[in-house]
Amino acid sequence: MTLLDVARIAADFPILGRTVRDGQRLVYLDSGATSQKPRQVLDAEREFYEKHNAAVHRGAHQLAEEATDAFESARLTIAQFVGAQTDDIVFTKNATEAINLVSYAFLNATLKAGRGMSLPDGAQRFVLAEGDEIVVSEMEHHANLVPWQELCDKTGAVLKWIGLTDDGRLNYNDLETVLNSRTKIVAITQQSNLLGTINDVGAIVAAAHGVGALVLLDACQSVPHMPVDVAALGVDFIAWSGHKMLGPLGIGCLWGRAELLAAMPPFITGGSMIETVQMDRSTFALPPKRFEAGVPMAAQAVGLAAAVNYLNAIGMDKVQAHEHALTSYALGALGDMPGVRIIGPLDSRDRGSAVSFVVDDIHPHDVGQVLDEHGVEVRVGHHCAWPVCRRYSVPATTRATFYIYNGIEDVDALVSGIQSAQQFFGVSV
Amino acid sequence: MKLENMYQEIILDHYRHPHGKGLRENVDAQVHHVNPTCGDEITLQVTIDPENPDRVIVSYDNQGCSISQASASILFDQLNNQSIQTGMTAVDHMVAMMQRTEEPNEDVLGDGIALVGVAQYPARVKCALLSWMAWKDAAIQAQGEESHA
Repeated sequence: MTLLDVARIAADFPILGRTVRDGQRLVYLDSGATSQKPRQVLDAEREFYEKHNAAVHRGAHQLAEEATDAFESARLTIAQFVGAQTDDIVFTKNATEAINLVSYAFLNATLKAGRGMSLPDGAQRFVLAEGDEIVVSEMEHHANLVPWQELCDKTGAVLKWIGLTDDGRLNYNDLETVLNSRTKIVAITQQSNLLGTINDVGAIVAAAHGVGALVLLDACQSVPHMPVDVAALGVDFIAWSGHKMLGPLGIGCLWGRAELLAAMPPFITGGSMIETVQMDRSTFALPPKRFEAGVPMAAQAVGLAAAVNYLNAIGMDKVQAHEHALTSYALGALGDMPGVRIIGPLDSRDRGSAVSFVVDDIHPHDVGQVLDEHGVEVRVGHHCAWPVCRRYSVPATTRATFYIYNGIEDVDALVSGIQSAQQFFGVSV
Repeated sequence: MKLENMYQEIILDHYRHPHGKGLRENVDAQVHHVNPTCGDEITLQVTIDPENPDRVIVSYDNQGCSISQASASILFDQLNNQSIQTGMTAVDHMVAMMQRTEEPNEDVLGDGIALVGVAQYPARVKCALLSWMAWKDAAIQAQGEESHA
């Protein structure tokens, strides 16, 4: 197995040194929801506040210069991490806001066009007409589903989706039948947060671009876990969050093709995002500033850049190999357990580390409670992907997700915790 | 281990063998409540006996974790065929017990006092209260129907 030196890595994460529930070792298996933060990230944020704090892109004093420099340097570091140009990275509150930024570009372009208002050059491709189509998949997180439902409700566009196969994969046959010349955008996840499935982005891009549609990739579960290069992917937008990749809460990223960002009307408006303002009208800055209204989250950007540096020092290929090894081990161990059923692909091919499962005759909430009693922290519920639960006829699942600080012993703790739950609830296996 | 505090045997009994589960036809009010964080859900009905307005019939169907299932079964035991006033008092006691502002009151809550351990786990309080909030909602609706009749 190609595992990382987990003990050395874990030593960088102060929180992993604490105990939970009366002295139990913390076995954190919920990085798919949010990752823990290494000291290097915490130190970077603290240093920003202690030495350079000021409102960026405002004022001409030394601190403002230093803060602006730290903020824009962070943007460069983060852009390089995904193979992007610096100005094509927009900072948002989180990935949800990044996706909404694109859905609102469609809405705002449509509304303004309908009223004959001026729009940036190229904005026409964001103008929706009644009967235009938006395509998602059945495995989307609510963050990449609800904004598109709302957009359709407001514009008369129609939401279509690509279904799933019984073994937890995307039904690629649907690409041919669902996509057509009315499709304006395909918004789809690179890796399912519930099933763990990694989708074939190349096939999706080929089909979408073949009908003239844009592609937005929800990369929340991929950027933290595997090498991602926007040019190689060939997509038009990717959205992801900082806090799932060792970075601080409160920062997400949108990358978009330069010509598309330039063609999009703003989403949240106010200070910083303008070019000129008069009492009755305003003009807007170029991207990325056009989409960053208000005083931005500079400390979080600096922290996220530190997280990128931390991951780069390990190497994303090694991060991916480590998680792949753990996932294979977990799929084997859970797959061998009587009364345990994995929801998602059973083999580790094209599969990330989210391992969802149900235990016969014990509700996922109760499984999670027993695991918690053993210090094993997992996610329970529908994981903001309720339609996926419906697709596989389960009310909810228990989900373990792994990251660089998890080792084989954590998977073993999960297995033994599930056995305890079966004993506690008197489930005979 | 604290687990036994939450999952007392009496809770597990109600979970495995729920009382009064099943929907009726022709009810005065029916509500559907969900716990959006976990997907637990309950459909709860109340019917006020036309012969005796102090007799309120409770029926329900639900799916979810042991705590939400057991709590609904206990609610049925305590509130079926009781008055709305009795039910409202019980709901108040249950909420107060979950908020740890009141000691368990067996006279009012019956087996429901076994749910006291849930109050130690804030994430699970909603599971325990799901059916009680549904009953309160349905009772208010049924009362409204009654006064309009």
